[in-house]
Amino acid sequence: MKTRYLILEDGTVFKGNAFGSDAGTIGEVIFTTAMTGYQESISDPSNCGQILTFTYPMVGNYGVNPDDFEAIKIGLSGVVIRELAEQPSNFRSTGTLSEFLKGKNVPGIEGIDTRKLTRIIRKHGSLKGRLTNAGEEVNVDQVVKELLATEIPKNVVQQVSITRPYPSPGRGKRVVLVDFGMKHGILRELNKRDCDIIVVPYNTSATEILGMYPDGVMLSNGPGDPTDIPEAIEMVKGIIGKVPIFGVCLGHQLISLASGATSFKLKFGHRGGNHPVKDLRTGRTELTSQNHGYAIDADSIAQTDLEITHIALNDGTVEGVRHTKFPVFCVQFHPEGSSGPEDSKHLFDEFIELMNAESKKESSHA
Amino acid sequence: MPKRKDIKTILVIGSGPIVIGQAAEFDYAGTQACISLREEGYSVILVNSNPATIMTDTEIADKVYIEPLTLPFVSKIIRKERPDAILPTLGGQTGLNMAIELDESGILDELGIEILGTKLEAIHKAEDRDLFRTLMNELNEPVPDSDIIHNLEEAKAFVERIGYPVIVRPAFTMGGTGGGICYNDNDLAEIVTSGLKYSPVTQCLLEKSIAGYKEIEYEVMRDSADNAIVVCNMENFDAVGIHTGDSIVVAPTQTLSDRENQMLRNVSLKIIRALKIEGGCNVQLALDPHSFNYYIIEVNPRVSRSSALASKATGYPIAKLAAKIAVGLTLDEMMNPVTQKTYACFEPALDYIVAKIPRWPFDKFESAKRNLGTQMKATGEVMSLGRTFEEAILKSVRSLETGHFHIEMKNSESITDAWMEKRIRRAGDERLFFIGEALRRGVSVETIHEWSQIDQFFLNKLQNIVKYEQVIQANPFDQEVLYKAKRMGFADKTIAKYWHVTELEVYKFKKENGIVPVYKMVDTCAGEFESETPYFYGTYEEENESIRTEKESVIVLGSGPIRIGQGVEFDYATVHSVWAIKEAGYEAIIINNNPETVSTDFSISDKLYFEPLTLEDVMHIVDLEQPKGVVVQFGGQTAINLAAGLEERGVKILGTTLEDIDRAENRNKFEAALHEIDIPQPLGKTAVSVEEATTIANEIGYPVLVRPSYVLGGRAMQIVYTEDEIKHYMENAVEASPEKPVLIDRYLTGTEIEVDAICDGENVLIPGIMEHIERAGVHSGDSIAVYPPQKLSQYQMDTLVDYTTRLAKGLKIVGLMNIQYVISKDEVYVIEVNPRSSRTVPFLSKITSIPMANIATKAILGQSIIEQGYTPGLAPTSPGVYVKVPVFSFAKLRRVDITLGPEMKSTGEVMGKDITLEKALYKGLVAAGMEIKDHGTVLMTISDKDKAEGIEIAKRFYAIGFRIMATQGTAEAIKNVGIPVDIVDKIGSKGTTLLDVIQKGEAQFIINTLTKGMQPERDGFRIRRESVENGIPCLTSLDTAEAMLRVIESMTFSTETMKHQEVKA
Repeated sequence: MKTRYLILEDGTVFKGNAFGSDAGTIGEVIFTTAMTGYQESISDPSNCGQILTFTYPMVGNYGVNPDDFEAIKIGLSGVVIRELAEQPSNFRSTGTLSEFLKGKNVPGIEGIDTRKLTRIIRKHGSLKGRLTNAGEEVNVDQVVKELLATEIPKNVVQQVSITRPYPSPGRGKRVVLVDFGMKHGILRELNKRDCDIIVVPYNTSATEILGMYPDGVMLSNGPGDPTDIPEAIEMVKGIIGKVPIFGVCLGHQLISLASGATSFKLKFGHRGGNHPVKDLRTGRTELTSQNHGYAIDADSIAQTDLEITHIALNDGTVEGVRHTKFPVFCVQFHPEGSSGPEDSKHLFDEFIELMNAESKKESSHA
Repeated sequence: MPKRKDIKTILVIGSGPIVIGQAAEFDYAGTQACISLREEGYSVILVNSNPATIMTDTEIADKVYIEPLTLPFVSKIIRKERPDAILPTLGGQTGLNMAIELDESGILDELGIEILGTKLEAIHKAEDRDLFRTLMNELNEPVPDSDIIHNLEEAKAFVERIGYPVIVRPAFTMGGTGGGICYNDNDLAEIVTSGLKYSPVTQCLLEKSIAGYKEIEYEVMRDSADNAIVVCNMENFDAVGIHTGDSIVVAPTQTLSDRENQMLRNVSLKIIRALKIEGGCNVQLALDPHSFNYYIIEVNPRVSRSSALASKATGYPIAKLAAKIAVGLTLDEMMNPVTQKTYACFEPALDYIVAKIPRWPFDKFESAKRNLGTQMKATGEVMSLGRTFEEAILKSVRSLETGHFHIEMKNSESITDAWMEKRIRRAGDERLFFIGEALRRGVSVETIHEWSQIDQFFLNKLQNIVKYEQVIQANPFDQEVLYKAKRMGFADKTIAKYWHVTELEVYKFKKENGIVPVYKMVDTCAGEFESETPYFYGTYEEENESIRTEKESVIVLGSGPIRIGQGVEFDYATVHSVWAIKEAGYEAIIINNNPETVSTDFSISDKLYFEPLTLEDVMHIVDLEQPKGVVVQFGGQTAINLAAGLEERGVKILGTTLEDIDRAENRNKFEAALHEIDIPQPLGKTAVSVEEATTIANEIGYPVLVRPSYVLGGRAMQIVYTEDEIKHYMENAVEASPEKPVLIDRYLTGTEIEVDAICDGENVLIPGIMEHIERAGVHSGDSIAVYPPQKLSQYQMDTLVDYTTRLAKGLKIVGLMNIQYVISKDEVYVIEVNPRSSRTVPFLSKITSIPMANIATKAILGQSIIEQGYTPGLAPTSPGVYVKVPVFSFAKLRRVDITLGPEMKSTGEVMGKDITLEKALYKGLVAAGMEIKDHGTVLMTISDKDKAEGIEIAKRFYAIGFRIMATQGTAEAIKNVGIPVDIVDKIGSKGTTLLDVIQKGEAQFIINTLTKGMQPERDGFRIRRESVENGIPCLTSLDTAEAMLRVIESMTFSTETMKHQEVKA
């Protein structure tokens, strides 16, 4: 294997082996603590433009299969791991992680002290980093200078969203699913509940959406800073109160911003499959799958019509809100799991119930 | 939910003696639980029969009862103490079964005592095969096709329906006792019959075999508010078919995709919720390697060996939190004790891989069946952490202390391909090493997978190791190759062998080139949160997280895996030494590799290094920590054996110096020392060859005691009676060499005495003297020890004190020492001196309230015995009589001869204490699991040399109403003294034979003594095995038989006819 470096904006250099694409990349270096589900994480559009570090040291063990992708297009910029498995073993495996990344032009580095890297990120917050071209020797100072000058792109949602709507038909409730970089897991859960789904691009307007006569609107997850897509915030403002809404991750942030709350960037995000979230209504704690770099400011909720329904047990940040007047609720974490725990899948059932309740109301009005 | 305020006193039930399937993990769990409950302000009453544990220290609970774990005794304690509640789920299967018995007896209802934690109803549902199957059906969760059977006929009917192979699982037993896989009718008859006997409810589950599936475990916890989490999942390296306690296990799972993982996680949580578990629970699942099909194998509704492993693997203290859940606290309101910043309601994320390898007792039981199946055979285990599978598994291999430093075996050239294939197909203890050999011979991963059904992922990893061996061999002193080899976990010793240099040269080259391990923290969260846990493992990476503090430190070496001869007693001493070091103001650092024990709980020491106990691994830690010195005398022979190498590399051994350790252990030097201080020992010499051995034996006269030097637990120790025997022994049992001579001593019969003493260099404190029930010749660990001695004269006691004092001073002991004496014809001889802690240290410490390991540690650190407030000499005798009774695990080990001899065979011990010897013995024997009947039949087969003594015993049994049965020769001898006796035929005869009597349960006791020496004596062997299989006490030492008889005599009255009055005319 050829040598490859990971250089951080603080000047730290890691020397390892290149895999995947030979061409290097630049991105924000983040880490996930999930021990399984690398295929899902790598294909999760929310990671668009980022270089993802796996804290679990052995990655690629069960190979790559055709079933577990969360998107067709890979938005991720790079992968950092301690040890790449060359000979995967699983009945569904159709190839190695390295081959897959090569095919998708995603560079990877392996053989480095990923725990050291994780501790640096924990201390300093997420950093920009560069994965060098395979076999390339570079001037570190020069790279650091470039990294410091690099702006994190603001158009990531556009990169991973779709350009035109498509249907995923069913016989149940009609749901318009706005794709900000949607994980397939969300679609899968709605399909499972026999929803009649129309997936639409991130910049679809409120009028267009309402024109599809949905029983409910689902706002998906997606990458980046929610304030970078003001058009989506406007759209949400236009549908709140008119149709039941369920938001996940970026969708949750958009609902909150549309309701008057504010967001902020977390030091190094929540990424992994072991995040406890307390449901304030039931008092029960569920383990959740999380992947977000931004969060909603709890104090800012007070001035809105929202109420906090879920908090992260560990740092107390907002993990879910509900509209006090309209059938709107959302969570910061991923109830669809994939990858990660499926403790909160019932939220999709609640969304269906919410739509049912609303249509009953309407029919009784009629 | 806040903790319960309506209860104040809680009775915790321990797990009793260490047996295969239930070992030190329950000392760890129980200790954690007691501390945890007291933290919350509850008053804890503990009952456990095992004195060798930290758990039974008076500091751990408010009140400690070391009493038999039987219904009458525990009921007595309950009536006396009137606890508000009992907590049974932390004492293993023993604790659970005890709770069920208490409940069924009605005492809990009568006194209004609540059972905390998981309710009995849930325990029944999880443990009763039928109820469990019904529950799984209700939940729509698959279990392998199975049937509950109560007799062999029902078993046959099941097999007719399902076909072979089938698995037999007896109900309500632990460690799979009596179970196994049947491939044919013979297997079925044998295993079902024994299984039914072991099941207290005479019930077995017959199950369709799903051998070859992946075996996956989930350690789950749930609280009363229905929060449920998975602490850790684990994957067995060995496929379904081998008991998980006998499997190599890794954590987390390696070959499961997230979908498979979440599927099984969901199932595990669903089950724990359906059972309404409040505390910890273990769910074992079988997953088809070719589909998403899975089966639930088993659920253990309590903390277990797996939960101890999961706790050490993740840092998450399951037992501690399970205890708090039992008193009403919920996971979301408790802090994660590791990070102290996050909550306990989360699932640990690992950024390393953990590999556990079991430690089997086959090195001691050469004749035992080494095959592994559904019945656990391992006595202990080792665990290692690494950043790759290769690193973790190789670290574990060298932690085993079985002479392996790599996945290779001795004398590999002599192994045929056919034998190799056989040993890979049918799993045994050495399969990992056979696989290494097969890969080296070019057998493909696919073929080995086909033979073993081990997942190719693991085999490929082993292949990586084997492939890299050649790279290392081809590149001596190549830095890059060496670095990669170290990252893959290769031992210095292995590399040295490939490079044809010494281990020290490799070590030096590594240091010169900066190739040294760093230490990473085990923090439960993969670095996501800051934590302060002082729990580290070594690996070859960039960043070191273990920072040396300003405080002067002392390193204590632990005792490694639990094995016969080196049990939990050594962990006990290690923990006390650590505490003493802390008290003395130093930073206490421990190195150990056993996941079951209290010493590897990171809250015990200031710093825990979970690392192999080899020279290389210890040296790297010493290099980093720069301690004042290393303490080796508490970690058994494991630690002692490292002393020479450490000193050679410039490390200060604290306490008794290496030179003096050697003087006690090296036979010739020891003899010289004894001569100097004028203390007699049995005649004896060392031999390094067969010829030398026979010459020496002829000189001193038979019988002689032969054994290798530097061993613990009497391994390979024998009494030989003839020249042929000694030749056979020298040729087959040991590998004698000038470095490893064989000791040959005159075998003296007489009373054996054991003394533990502490010396500070000037004064000697002798906490107590113990007398053995069995005469010399039975290993001290297998003898019943009595405190205080019952048969010694004042003169003998004085002599013992005098000798002990002179030996301690003469050998310049600083710290602990253990001496064994034999008193033969009124003369006291020294048999053996061990310059270290011993098996009897916890027993004696508890009896005398003298914290021996603590005092010894402080003496080592320079505080004299007097300064510590103790008076030198023999401590005043504690009131009462105390016995230590050994406990064996013979039922788990097929084909092992149970005869007591110089080689140790017991796995654990219990204590009996009372005001008379008989009462104490009664408690001890009952606690050890013997059923003492006050009437019935004694079956005797006594060898000629023991006939005279045997007849005396027969007389006494007869006097208290027992019926005597005996084989021809023995019967005639008994008849000659006028005692009625029934003759039973020898095995193979036409009439009612010995075996029929045993199998039909017609005898309540069996007394069987060996004819002579170690010649295979097939009838005797079968009698002894049959008695084990049928759960009938079989006594192979007349001393034990006499002791048992005294107990029965004290329980009953003899009846005698009146003498005829002679009327004088």
